[in-house]
Amino acid sequence: MSLSINDVYKVARLARLGMTEQEAQTAHAQLLNIFGLIAEMQAVDTNGIAPMSHAQDISQRLREDVVTEHNQRELFQAAAPQVKEGLYLVPQVIE
Amino acid sequence: MQWEIVIGLEVHTQLSTSSKIFSGASTAFGAEPNIQACAVDLALPGVLPVLNRGAVERAIRFGLAVGAHIAPRSVFSRKNYFYPDLPKGYQISQFDLPIIGQGSLTIQVPTTTAGQPYKKVVRLTRAHLEEDAGKSLHEDFHGMTGIDLNRAGTPLLEIVSEPDMRSAAEAVAYAKMLHSLVRWIDICDGNMQEGSFRCDANVSVRHPGAELGTRREIKNLNSFRFLQQAIEYEAQWQIDTLENGGTIQQATVLFDSDKGVTRAMRSKEDAHDYRYFPDPDLLPLAIDNEWIEQVRGTLPELPLSKQARYVADLGLSAYDADTLTSSREMADFFETTLNEVPKEAKLCANWLMGDVSAALNREDRDITQCPISPGQLGNMLKRIADGTISNVAAKEVFKILWSEGGNPDAIIEIKGLKQMSDVGAMEALVDEIIAANPAQVAEYRSGKEKVFGFFVGLAMKASKGKANPAQMNEILKRKLAG
Repeated sequence: MSLSINDVYKVARLARLGMTEQEAQTAHAQLLNIFGLIAEMQAVDTNGIAPMSHAQDISQRLREDVVTEHNQRELFQAAAPQVKEGLYLVPQVIE
Repeated sequence: MQWEIVIGLEVHTQLSTSSKIFSGASTAFGAEPNIQACAVDLALPGVLPVLNRGAVERAIRFGLAVGAHIAPRSVFSRKNYFYPDLPKGYQISQFDLPIIGQGSLTIQVPTTTAGQPYKKVVRLTRAHLEEDAGKSLHEDFHGMTGIDLNRAGTPLLEIVSEPDMRSAAEAVAYAKMLHSLVRWIDICDGNMQEGSFRCDANVSVRHPGAELGTRREIKNLNSFRFLQQAIEYEAQWQIDTLENGGTIQQATVLFDSDKGVTRAMRSKEDAHDYRYFPDPDLLPLAIDNEWIEQVRGTLPELPLSKQARYVADLGLSAYDADTLTSSREMADFFETTLNEVPKEAKLCANWLMGDVSAALNREDRDITQCPISPGQLGNMLKRIADGTISNVAAKEVFKILWSEGGNPDAIIEIKGLKQMSDVGAMEALVDEIIAANPAQVAEYRSGKEKVFGFFVGLAMKASKGKANPAQMNEILKRKLAG
């Protein structure tokens, strides 16, 4: 599978990344290398092997359903650019 | 030209856990903004999600209730999109390996103008666990939007149906059945005003037998009435569009409940490119048979099983059994009442579905708000069953129980509602009536049996309505025969 420069721009847009043409070119070259590695790995015979969804072959630890967090709003909101009446304020979003 | 409406529903149910799906913050509704949004919910750097056992257990309960496959191994994925009520920039959801696989739900579609009520099986595609987003408040913050992240991370079970419904009425019947079921198995409080149960409807139209048409998805319908109105409007809009030579573009639409119309959301072409991938912060979720069996042991008897038992063991009609299992509270009320008068299932059913339901409807209450307890009702029914009071007198007792409460036996005693069962006293009454009405007696004896009703009326009046009707009829017949 080959990756076009337009694919790079599309992924950047979806990830809200601004890229100069130079950066896009660099990323394109790097991604092509990664795709090359993937192609090599895909040539390995994996018949009969169940795909893994995580690098470690263990399963998820679970928490008991208990409330353990208390209110730290003041602390958290100290780092927010703008707050009002307990709300975080962000540039208007209208759908 | 004939059109067929095709509907599939995606229902988001908030699971009734105390804490969030991936953090230890509270899920209680109605708190002050952001006091239940912890570092994990805010997506502060360095935090890691840890899955809530209670959320998984509720998903298993649902899977068992709809006869679905419960995945021994399921995987959480990241669904990437940018919106301020989702601070991580992705929602943790499940994609190709959901916790619950295919199941089914039998729905009861009520009478419509088209005809009789009927049953239908709706197939469930899957159900998966995910986290809810926060809330955006678009009130006036001087061109800013206010964000409350208390809801962010509340566990959701998204239940997806196959496109098996063919009318708004079927979609509503399905949503109501699902709503009743999630409350029945105690995994969701079902509060629609608070957003605990929200429906998205995928609607398309086609000519019967043709391929599926292009669908439009109506988002966030939080009442059964809006669900009905939105689907009806949307389907008609699609039919009109196609009949006028237009085409349907796949789109997400919102229902404007004030104007009763659906409207496409302004969205970018690649807004739906979510780039799902397995979340590296979460390992696969393993569920073994032992856990499933343990959860199965805690499930209440399900509506279908109760219905079958009511028909087979209690001799009720299918209609009665359906009505009595419309909610778990109703079924519990019925069974507790029945405990007082174990042989009188039909009597209990009649009173619950008749006088009790009518009185509840009049006051716009549901069964949990019934002022009469099952114990009180059962005690009153016991007195009908053993002949102490007539049905007419029981209505009087019921009225008093409803408005003033009390003990049925005491009410019967104080109000003097006991049925007259003293044969001697009734015979004396009948003798008097016969003596006072010789002309009618002669008519009756000459074969005019219609006059019998006249005597019954007199006898009941003379006994002030307290005579046991069956006994009184028997005495009248015997005495009138001469």
